Amino acid sequence: MKPALFDYVAPETVEAAVAALAGDETARPLAGGQSLIPTMNFRLSAPGRLVDLRRIEALRGIAVADGTIRVGAMTRHRELETHEGANRANPLIGEVLDNVAHIAIRNRGTVGGSIAHADSAAELPCLLVATGGTVSVQGPDGSREIGADDLFRFHMTTSLAQTEILTEVRIPALPPGTGYAFEEFARRRGDYALAGVCTLLTVEDGRCGEARIAACGIGARPVRLAAAEDALRGRAVDDAARADAGEAAREYMTAPADMQAGVAYRTDLLAALVRRTVATAARRAGG
Amino acid sequence: MAKTVLKKPIPAASSDPKVPVTLTVNGETVTREASPRMLLSDFIRHELGLTGTHVGCEHGVCGCCTVTIDGRAGRSCLAFAVQADGAEIRTIEGVADEDGTLHPIQQAMMECHGLQCGYCTPGFVMSMLSYLEETPEPDLSEKAIREVLSGNLCRCTGYANIVKAFRRSVELMNAAAD
Ligand SMILES: Cc1cc2nc3c(=O)[nH]c(=O)nc-3n(C[C@H](O)[C@H](O)[C@H](O)COP(=O)(O)OP(=O)(O)OC[C@H]3O[C@@H](n4cnc5c(N)ncnc54)[C@H](O)[C@@H]3O)c2cc1C
Ligand code: FES
Ligand code: FES
Repeated sequence: MKPALFDYVAPETVEAAVAALAGDETARPLAGGQSLIPTMNFRLSAPGRLVDLRRIEALRGIAVADGTIRVGAMTRHRELETHEGANRANPLIGEVLDNVAHIAIRNRGTVGGSIAHADSAAELPCLLVATGGTVSVQGPDGSREIGADDLFRFHMTTSLAQTEILTEVRIPALPPGTGYAFEEFARRRGDYALAGVCTLLTVEDGRCGEARIAACGIGARPVRLAAAEDALRGRAVDDAARADAGEAAREYMTAPADMQAGVAYRTDLLAALVRRTVATAARRAGG
Repeated sequence: MAKTVLKKPIPAASSDPKVPVTLTVNGETVTREASPRMLLSDFIRHELGLTGTHVGCEHGVCGCCTVTIDGRAGRSCLAFAVQADGAEIRTIEGVADEDGTLHPIQQAMMECHGLQCGYCTPGFVMSMLSYLEETPEPDLSEKAIREVLSGNLCRCTGYANIVKAFRRSVELMNAAAD
């Protein structure tokens, strides 16, 4: 099918883009188009106006400084995936992006677009929740900062207003010695995951110090698995600790059965991904 | 995906006004009038008559419509022609030499039986071309090659010969560079 009619504007500043959004309540920003255009092709969505962000220079680029990776919203996935400085500061980035769609999609899709789109199975929102990242958004009344925990509300729903544009995504660098791992399971390479888990942990004197674990695909938004983290802190990261963390993760499963998997299967998958990512992260942390 | 009711009726003046789009296709700069909702795939096929770019699914999954946009593989069904204003596009028609000599990737696809009906082939060639231009020393393990090709679907070959063609392309490209 073909998209419905819309007005198209491609302003050169964030201010002009915000004004263009404010002028029509059915207006939507257009970034890489890799999620928005398919829904328009199927007429699942029909924005009256598209505000293309591609000409806005201020929304591009990657800067690594002071323990933070700052990524302009219009930076393409592939650019971040292959950015040496960003991956040195936080090697989870490449590991996560490798699982997002396919190269041709990552060449077009943007970091800001993935976050703003907020698919509950998407990997980048999960990364942001696991690492405690933040975003900047700009609207008619100026700009504000939103932490990952307050950003994702529901499947494809964030706390951004219709007139706000996400301008920058900030991902913390990993403190030295932090072990990390992302793993997901999808039926076909490049599909959205049935479940994905992002784990960060430190190992001090053979015991788990800090632990942060988040999952995607298991509910209406990416979630921190606090009980799984608690099951690890202060313990040697052995088979028993990994098994306990996996079991503790089960309570976070809220996704209903769908075409791809039943609830029991997905819950087992979640527990397995927690065990595996904890093992990999512990190994990388030197534990 | 769930069905949703369109929130907005079609704009009152449903005249589908056109805007000029200027882009470079296979080295030639062209200008055409296009409605903002015209997909780049339709622009390439219907406005420019370059029907080697195929359309399978129109939602980014099959990869048949892959072209390069400013040097990088992208789905032409997931871009509006207006977004490509000022861009440099390469389609399958621009891959072989002017005299008809096949590009090493095309030659390899032929030699290795990497195609049967050929519907998916332009997309595979454009994906490989973009990747091999981006990656001077590609990983030739089965896993790595299948990862690069995972964004293109083929209903005929079963992929084994396309994987072979990928390796053969690298050989032929290296030989041509020596
Ligand atoms: C075949 C296929 C497979 C895919 N597989 C995966 C996958 O496995 N994992 C995954 O995470 N994604 C996947 N995707 C989606 C892809 O990652 C998208 O690129 C991404 O989700 C959206 O980014 P975009 O730049 O293309 O945004 P767009 O499609 O342009 O926009 C998406 C939404 O976000 C809004 N938006 C975009 N930018 C901003 C901004 N700066 N401020 C405010 N709102 C904004 C738009 O208005 C729109 O509502 C897949 C896509 C395809 C076609
Ligand atoms: S037609 Fe574009 S990916 Fe299928
Ligand atoms: S050769 Fe027929 S679809 Fe690939």
